[in-house]
Amino acid sequence: MISRILAWLVDGAHWQGDDGILRRVSEHLGYSLTALVIAAVIAIPLGLYVGHTGRGRILVVNAVGSARAIPSLGLLFLAVLWLGPRFRGDIAFLAPTGLVLVVLAIPPILSGAYAGVGGVDPAARDAAKGMGMRGTEVLRHVEIPCALPLILSGIRSAMLQVIGTATIAAVVGLGGLGRLLIDGLAVRDTPQTASGAVLVALLALTMDMALALIQRSVVSRGLTGRYDKVQRIGSGNRAATGPTPARTMQHSI
Amino acid sequence: MTWLRDHLVDVLGLAGQHIYLAGLPLVLGLLIALPLGWLARRYRVLYPFLIIGTGLLYTIPSLALFIMLPLLLGNGILNPNNVVVAMTIYTVALLVRTVADGLGSVPDDVNQSATAMGYRRVRRFTSVELPLAVPVISAGLRVAAVSNVSIVSVAALIGVSQLGSLFTDGFNRAFLDPIVVGVVACVLLALLFDGAILAVTRLVTPWQRADKAPA
Repeated sequence: MISRILAWLVDGAHWQGDDGILRRVSEHLGYSLTALVIAAVIAIPLGLYVGHTGRGRILVVNAVGSARAIPSLGLLFLAVLWLGPRFRGDIAFLAPTGLVLVVLAIPPILSGAYAGVGGVDPAARDAAKGMGMRGTEVLRHVEIPCALPLILSGIRSAMLQVIGTATIAAVVGLGGLGRLLIDGLAVRDTPQTASGAVLVALLALTMDMALALIQRSVVSRGLTGRYDKVQRIGSGNRAATGPTPARTMQHSI
Repeated sequence: MTWLRDHLVDVLGLAGQHIYLAGLPLVLGLLIALPLGWLARRYRVLYPFLIIGTGLLYTIPSLALFIMLPLLLGNGILNPNNVVVAMTIYTVALLVRTVADGLGSVPDDVNQSATAMGYRRVRRFTSVELPLAVPVISAGLRVAAVSNVSIVSVAALIGVSQLGSLFTDGFNRAFLDPIVVGVVACVLLALLFDGAILAVTRLVTPWQRADKAPA
C-alpha cells in the first residue's frame, strides 16, 4: 500500500495541470491564509482591547469556550445550505465556506490575544506607567511584546483549524487538497485519498513550523531567555534566574 | 421539531455512538498521557521532545488522520476503532503537556514534605503529586473532551456513523433539520462531557471546596 501511495505521489502527471497537486496546494494556502488574515484583523484588536481594559472578559471567555464545542462540519453544511442560495455562481459556496473558515479562526486568535495581554506581569505594566507611558504606549511597548508568544500560538492554533476545515470543505465544492481526499473517497481511489491525506498533514506541519520560526524570530529575547553565549556571560545569571516580561522593555524602547 | 420527534430513537443511537467514540479516547488518552507527562517532568531532557512530538501529532488534520489510520492499522475504513485511535492520538497530544505542567504546579516544599514523611517515589506520585495536579489536568481534559466531540463528527465523511452522520445526511438531501439537530446535539454532548469532568474533579479534590468554605 505504501509503495502504491509513493507511486501516486511521484507520478509527475499528478502534480501538473488544473487539478494537479501544485495547484491544489496553492488553493489550499490561498483559502487558509485569506481566512486567517481576515480573522486576525477582527480578533487581534478585539483581544487586545479586552486584555488591556479587562472589559467584556467574561463574555469573551465564554464565547470562546462554547465556540470550541460547535462541530465545524455541521457549521459548514448549515452555512452552505442557508447562505448558498443567496449568492450566484461560484461565490455561492465560496462565500459561506470562507465565512465559516473565518468564524472558526477567530476564537483561538481572540483567546491568545486577550490571555496574552491579560497575563502580562502587573509589575511590568506598573513600571511602564511609572516611566510615564500612556495607556496605548503601555499596550504598544510592553503589553503586546510580552503577549506576543500567546498571540502567535493563538494564530498557530487558528491556522491548524483553518487548514483542517478547508480540507473538509472540499465536500461542499471547495478546491484545495481536500479535493484529493474527498474525490478519492468517492471513487474509492485509495492511493489518491491516502496521498491527499499525507499532503494535507505535511502542509499543516510545514505551516505550523513556519509560524513557529516566525514566533522564534519576533518574540523578544527578554521573554525567551535566548541570548548568545557572549551576552549570557556578560549578563551574569540572567538565563538562570529565568526571564521576566519586564525585560522586554529594554528592546522596545 | 417534528423531524426530531420522528427520528428521536435514531438520534439517540447516534448520540450513543458519539459518546463512545469521543469518550473512550479521553480515558485511553489520559492513561497514556499520565506516564508520558511524568517522564517529561522527571527527565527534563525529554520535555521538549515529548511536547514537540505530541504537538506535531495534533497538527494532522482530522480527515487526513481518519484516512491514514485504516491503512496503517490494516483495518477497514469503516471500522470505528480507527476513529478511537485517532481521537486517542489527539487526546494524548493535548494532555501530555497538561500533565507535565500539572505535575510541575505541585509546590516543591509539598514534595519535600512528602519525601520527609517517608513517601517513596511511586506512592508520592499517586497520593501527593497526582491529586494536587488534578485541577490543571482536568482543565486540559475539558478542552480535549469538547474538541473530541467536535472532531468525531468529521468521521461521518468516511462513513463511521455518529451524530456527524446527521450532517452528511442533511446535506445530501439539502435538508436543514437533521443538521440543526446534529449541531445542537453535539453542543449538548460537549456540555455533558464538560459537566461530567467538572463533577469528577470536584469529587476528587475535596480540599478545593474546603479552602473556599468559611472557617
